[in-house]
Amino acid sequence: MISYIIRRTLYALPILVGVNLLVFALFFVVNTPDDMARMQLGVKYEDAAAVERWKTALGYQLPLFYNADFTGMARFTRTIFYTKSVRLFVFDFGRSDSGRDIGYDISQRMWPSLALAVPILLIGLLINISLALLLALFRASLLDRIAVLCCVLLMSVSGLFYIIYGQFVFSRLLRLVPISGFAAGLASLKFLILPILISVLSGMGAGTRWYRTIFLEEIGKDYVRTARTRGVSEPGILYKHVLGNALIPILTGVVVLIPLLFMGSLITESFFGIPGLGSYTIEAIQRQDFAILRSMVFLGSVLYIIGLLLTDLSYALVDPRVRLGEA
Amino acid sequence: MPELLLLWTDLLLWLLLVAAALYVGHVVRHRHLLEPWRHVAARRSSTVAAIVLAAYMLLALLDSIHLRPAPGSAASPGAYSMLDVQLTILRQRSEKTYSAPFATHQYTREFVQTPQGPRYQQPRLQHGGAHLQATERGPDVLRRMAVGLLQGLGGSILLGALLLAGLARYGRQSPRRVWAAIRARHTRVPWDVVILTVGGLLTGACIIAALAAGYHVLGTDKVGEDVLYQALKSIRTAVIIGTVTTLIILPLALVLGVSASYFGGWVDDLVQYLYTTLASVPGILLIAATALVGQVYMQTHADQFASLVQRADFRLLLLCLILGLTSWTSLCRLLRGEALKLREIEFVHASRALGQRAWTILAIHIVPNVMHIVMITLVLDFSALVLAEAVLSYVDIGVDPSMHSWGNMINRARLELAREPVVWWSLGAAFCFMLGLVLAANVFADAVRDAFDPRLRGVDV
Repeated sequence: MISYIIRRTLYALPILVGVNLLVFALFFVVNTPDDMARMQLGVKYEDAAAVERWKTALGYQLPLFYNADFTGMARFTRTIFYTKSVRLFVFDFGRSDSGRDIGYDISQRMWPSLALAVPILLIGLLINISLALLLALFRASLLDRIAVLCCVLLMSVSGLFYIIYGQFVFSRLLRLVPISGFAAGLASLKFLILPILISVLSGMGAGTRWYRTIFLEEIGKDYVRTARTRGVSEPGILYKHVLGNALIPILTGVVVLIPLLFMGSLITESFFGIPGLGSYTIEAIQRQDFAILRSMVFLGSVLYIIGLLLTDLSYALVDPRVRLGEA
Repeated sequence: MPELLLLWTDLLLWLLLVAAALYVGHVVRHRHLLEPWRHVAARRSSTVAAIVLAAYMLLALLDSIHLRPAPGSAASPGAYSMLDVQLTILRQRSEKTYSAPFATHQYTREFVQTPQGPRYQQPRLQHGGAHLQATERGPDVLRRMAVGLLQGLGGSILLGALLLAGLARYGRQSPRRVWAAIRARHTRVPWDVVILTVGGLLTGACIIAALAAGYHVLGTDKVGEDVLYQALKSIRTAVIIGTVTTLIILPLALVLGVSASYFGGWVDDLVQYLYTTLASVPGILLIAATALVGQVYMQTHADQFASLVQRADFRLLLLCLILGLTSWTSLCRLLRGEALKLREIEFVHASRALGQRAWTILAIHIVPNVMHIVMITLVLDFSALVLAEAVLSYVDIGVDPSMHSWGNMINRARLELAREPVVWWSLGAAFCFMLGLVLAANVFADAVRDAFDPRLRGVDV
């Protein structure tokens, strides 16, 4: 088992290197730091001295790969590739283009993101799985057909509308909760409840339908027929047999999402003014802060790869065939 | 004499149409390929969805023939499309600022010169309801609706009769018997649904056209532009993003996925590495990064773009490219998995033993047998891409702000609900048009999936 974990972890390393190179190519090779400087300074103030000043202030004046002004290792470390890209591996994100410490900002803004994302995931799972089970019980009935139609309808509405109309109805018309904002500790509840509600609702259509499909596939299997011939009642089959077996694909599908919860939700956070990593990313995009974007892309990939690792592990834990086959 | 202006996205959209037509021609000649499509057509909901999709597609295609006014003419600058020609009334009759649907007066108040001196009131609109003198608005609207209804119904009946005559001729039966077969639902395609849907759409369009001649049916936005016009023009953007993106996804996923599984070894490792790496970058961040990089490129190479339209078009193309590059990985993984199974099937072994070349085997044995996965994925992706455009435009990394799109409409209108009285029509229009397209695409995708997925055939899922 341990050797399996180690092998999987080692397999993740080249992917991280690939992501790193991709990010580097995107941000430094396609567009030179000079282009970025001109973009930041605006066409009006564009002159060679200003561009140089901007580059020196942020450390973009170094050559890309090889610095001939130094000797020894410094020839390779005093380059953009090393300072801006290789340092990401030790989570040294450096400073944003406006001069703030990115690592500190991320560590601060992670918690509001989690406070929003974790309840959304858990409540969403609970509701979607319960509804899907109910539909599987009443499969091929009128209720099932209407519910599936509703799911498709819910899926077809853009997430933006859920937020805009939700804010309009609950905050402006009914005045139940504040429109946006955030507070520390338990006081944040009144700010979080509406975004959680809306996110759960907007994910309900796709989620319920997906889990229903999984349940129905499971119901078609032989062991269900066997259980039915033994005289197990239909709800009994669903709860005892189908739910247990279907939870394996469902939970392993969820595991990959868990690390990404840190990244937060871009749109929801920015609409509700929640100071998490999602709104951090949106602000960076709107300010065209390349340093923050670079860090977030890398961080997101690391978290996704951790998610993949966790998925492999959970498969190995619940399914001995994976474990033994690989060992 | 205006000359034709060929934008990149126009070209690609028409190219896709030609490809689709070739595919249809191919399918019609092969019974086994036609069979799943018969399943799709037999379902009443998917027939409705397909017709709605076709209507959207028609508008998008009309909007993809661009003309440039002859140099020196006094016509509007830049390019305009065939759809613009059809909608000249809507395009040219803009007001000063907001006005509600069917309004005769402006939304905001201003000082107006009246015979009694200057008054602070809502001025009359320049175009909306300008024909009204003594007659009241209510009866006028009803009269126009009635005229539109009659026109639409007349057109629908005519179309229905033509269809019936065509079917009778094709089936060499009397129209009366064809009609009886349709009523009894004995036909393969539910023609009654076809007639009803087409007639409904036609009647709706006629009513709206009759009303739009005198009013702003969906109001006007902040700068006084007709919202119905904006919503109609946005169709092309959504359709382009939903379809042109597949031009990127399809070749990458198909070639890489199939060859990875067939050749195995280092090719397989490389392809797997490639798609795992790309998939591990969070999609929206990669899109954001690439879009920003693209913007820098466009700013530094501003001289390459002759006009604003071409610049916006380049940005749309770039967006399709980026969306394609970030979303081919899942299809590639699916295709690789499926082709791995096919590789071990006897007829592939047989052709390998007979000494056929690898690429020939791939082309004639493997690729046709994974096409159902391609079909399902592409149709499912369409609605996801349309929805993604709205979100990306909200974050300012989507289409150019000067381009009409539902995302831009939502983006501009997001603070309008906070006004008093509420300005709801821009958001409402974007909502309805988007829901129509995405819902139709989703319903159609479901039918395609059920018909093409061999595991689901005959199972009621």
